Amino acid sequence: MNQKFIAWSKGSRGAPTRFDVLAALLVLGVLVFLASASRGVLAPITTLDTTPISLDPWALPGYVARTTLRMFLALGLSLLFTFTYATWAAKSQRAGRILVPILDILQSVPILGFISVTVVFFLSLAPGRVLGAEFAAIFAIFTSQAWNMAFSFYQSLRTIPKELVEASKSFRMSAWSRFWQLEVPFGMPQLIWNMMMSMSGGWFFVVASEAISVGNTNVSLPGVGAYIAQAIAEKNLAAVGYAIIAMMIVILLYDQLFFRPLVAWADRFRFDNEPGAIAPTSWVYDVLKRSTWINQTRRSVRSGFSALARTFKHQTPKILLETPVRTSHLDWFATGLLVFIVVLCGYKAAWFLAPELTWADLGETLGQGFLTMIRVFVLIALASVVWVPVGVLVGLRPQAARIVQPIAQFLAAFPTNLVFPVAVFAIIRFHLNPEIWLSFLMILGTQWYILFNVIAGASAIPSEMRAVSENLKIRGWLWWKKVAIPAVFPFYVTGALTASGGSWNASIAAEIASWGDEHVRATGLGAYITEATNSGDYHRIILGVVTMSFYVLLINRLVWRPLYYYAERKFRLE
Amino acid sequence: MSTPLLDVRHVRKNFPRSEGNELIVLDDVSLTVQPGEIVGLLGRSGSGKSTLLRLIAGLSAPSAGDVEYQGNPIHGPAEGISMVFQSFALFPWLTVYENVTLGLEAMELPKDEIRRRSLAAIDLIGLDGFESAYPRELSGGMRQRVGFARAIVVHPNILLMDEPFSALDVLTAETLRTDFLDLWSEGKMPIKGVILVTHNIEEAVQMCDRIMVFSTNPGRIVSVIENNVPRPRNRQDVAFAELVERIYVEMTAKPGRSVGAIQRTDRNLGIDLFLPHVSTNIISGLIETVAAEPFKGHADLPEIASELSLEIDELFPVAETLQLLHLAEVAGGDLRLTPEGMSFADLAVDERKRLFARHLLAYVPLVAHIKRVLDERATHMAPKSRFLDELEDHMSPQSAEETLRSVISWARYAELFAYDDTNTAFSLENPT
Repeated sequence: MNQKFIAWSKGSRGAPTRFDVLAALLVLGVLVFLASASRGVLAPITTLDTTPISLDPWALPGYVARTTLRMFLALGLSLLFTFTYATWAAKSQRAGRILVPILDILQSVPILGFISVTVVFFLSLAPGRVLGAEFAAIFAIFTSQAWNMAFSFYQSLRTIPKELVEASKSFRMSAWSRFWQLEVPFGMPQLIWNMMMSMSGGWFFVVASEAISVGNTNVSLPGVGAYIAQAIAEKNLAAVGYAIIAMMIVILLYDQLFFRPLVAWADRFRFDNEPGAIAPTSWVYDVLKRSTWINQTRRSVRSGFSALARTFKHQTPKILLETPVRTSHLDWFATGLLVFIVVLCGYKAAWFLAPELTWADLGETLGQGFLTMIRVFVLIALASVVWVPVGVLVGLRPQAARIVQPIAQFLAAFPTNLVFPVAVFAIIRFHLNPEIWLSFLMILGTQWYILFNVIAGASAIPSEMRAVSENLKIRGWLWWKKVAIPAVFPFYVTGALTASGGSWNASIAAEIASWGDEHVRATGLGAYITEATNSGDYHRIILGVVTMSFYVLLINRLVWRPLYYYAERKFRLE
Repeated sequence: MSTPLLDVRHVRKNFPRSEGNELIVLDDVSLTVQPGEIVGLLGRSGSGKSTLLRLIAGLSAPSAGDVEYQGNPIHGPAEGISMVFQSFALFPWLTVYENVTLGLEAMELPKDEIRRRSLAAIDLIGLDGFESAYPRELSGGMRQRVGFARAIVVHPNILLMDEPFSALDVLTAETLRTDFLDLWSEGKMPIKGVILVTHNIEEAVQMCDRIMVFSTNPGRIVSVIENNVPRPRNRQDVAFAELVERIYVEMTAKPGRSVGAIQRTDRNLGIDLFLPHVSTNIISGLIETVAAEPFKGHADLPEIASELSLEIDELFPVAETLQLLHLAEVAGGDLRLTPEGMSFADLAVDERKRLFARHLLAYVPLVAHIKRVLDERATHMAPKSRFLDELEDHMSPQSAEETLRSVISWARYAELFAYDDTNTAFSLENPT
């Protein structure tokens, strides 16, 4: 019996295998990439002006590397934020009452409108250095990634089975080791899924945040975003094409080298105890797993980690949880504090805005917001009419779903602002009405969320249910009405909710666009914010951003959330 | 007698509720565990026996009274007390071996010892060869073996078992029980005492030296039964069967101190009565079974339990519902159909429904109450929340929810009134 145990723990000594070589190459590649990408970060900011963005396609790999590094750093920050903020919100009932609504509001703030506000702040943090601008860009990506990751982790922490928590407590595990041994693993699959969604959204914002101009301050950080901005200024359609191709390759690599291995690894944290589901695979993960060098490193990291855990050991849980606190008092306190903060913020904002703005300005933003809202709803409806039937038909055919699903996910990740110049070029060339045709840019990147969610929903329809409808000869419209649409509805709502939020954000980049010195503009809140940014009018930026947040929050509360709960209650297949 | 391993004295546990009144889960419970004893806590769900186990495990604190382990009061999870869970509570991302070592790692033992003790526990509990398997690859029985190995590897003085066999099928549960008892009687396990929570009377008789029978709402110990049936115990033995019968009598005999959820303290029952969810199919089924041969209207509860393979957690609520509806009398471990109950068995579907409706209105005040409200209102509609609020003045939100659920399903069967789940409202009319 000891023999068996030995058999699966040995094998750390011996000659390097081919997996070692492969793994070493992978690690080396990552190191080289990091080194080359971070060069120049500490350079003085004037170097940005003296070395303009080159449209030479051979300069692209370097730019792409810089952009990707920003993404990684922001992801790291988001993870740190998630582990602290979400944990705090979940562990402390009192804090949670304030922290969760704050997260909800942050989620609906349009990030693109925000960048102009933050960039000045960060430039002042590291004056005269590229670092400040880098901070601003990374912060912009962070704000596009962190909120939903934190939300997912908070949800996971709240749903850990009670008996698992009791088991770990009765073994007297400290809070620290419970966090790493139970809470993080339990939340991991959901968290990774949300990281992937965050990443998809993030590409859009990294592209937008690299070429920032607020009033007279122009910063363009070396990266794909700056490259594309330069290409637009120079009306270079070929360069736009190069950037699009480069981005496609990066997203593919990112998926293969980073997320696939992560998903394959996280499969062990799935909580459902059922065998039989097909485990996700990744060749990179296999290589890393089989390499003995990597395993040795991993083992030493792990033992270092458990040594760290032991230093926290002193805080053996003496706390007896579920203490019957008088919740009503806390409730009052928390609500009071929240109201106080909101009133304070409102007062500050009003004090800042009031001298410069009139009621007419507020009326104007509300009116423009209404126009954008109509656009978003019409576009979501159009996209639904197209993609729901397609998604259902694809989802019911496993073969087709296997091909289409990754493509839809890829398209959702692709930063569509790279494609904008092509569309703008076409609008100008063919004299199309920008009020209508620019609108489509808003949904260009976000419609795929509807598609792949519906595909997922349709492939989850149990085979018995499909057999029944065949058996009863339910066909045509009746089938769509009574079987297909109810079955995918909860999934559809999730997709449409994501698409709607994304479209609001995209409106800031989509409602007003340029090609060289030619500009096209659609009337709406997005265009309003962009114009205010270009002229450095902070009062109108803030007013626009606040109005947009208000609209997004309102629509979420009045439309999506009720729909979501309705779908969960009525249509969820168990 | 030496100092007891565990001493629980006059423990009370209640949860304050928002309206100011409190929900009493455990009331004045005392028990001791001596070295070498297996003590059983027997009762229905809602009798607070699992709550008591969690107080002993240090996972929650009593509202009043003391819990002492080897003479020291318990504050928080104590070293030397470990627990086996109903749902196994294994970490799905850890292998069998890693699950077992977890508790030892938390104790910061040297690596060699962790390994030696884990392998010994795995060996003892019969998990050889499964060390590198993940829980999802194992059957329920093997998973619970991991649960046992994980609990005994820390060499606890007291092992707490929270319905450890109730999530398993009958055969697997029996195998695990006998394996456990074998190891226990051979003294191979590093355990001094065991507390077993169960709602299965046979299981309690088979395993325990002393059985504490709990009442429900609030949880109290209604009787303590010493089990002197010689080991190894056999279900076919006369002594075994007699003790099972005795416990049934004990659990059904005392009016006013009924072990059941439905307490009939006086004739005028209020609407504050908790009604366990019992399907009308089971009600009809039980009546038919008892009315037919060989029972002819009068049956012994243990016999029906084995005939219908129902656990007491399933059988008692049905029996008590029949009693509440005046379709049967339950006393002394027996169930006797009333004349109406006997006639129910012979009726056709529509007549059954009419009889059932009559009895519901006559004997279940909540049903009469809802019917009256619906009759009085011009719209003949009333929201569910109205009745839920009334019920929550007297019971926990979960109990109120279950009570309404029972009433809804009975009233639907009796065609007394309708309930629409989409707008959560009661109404007199049936949908067209």
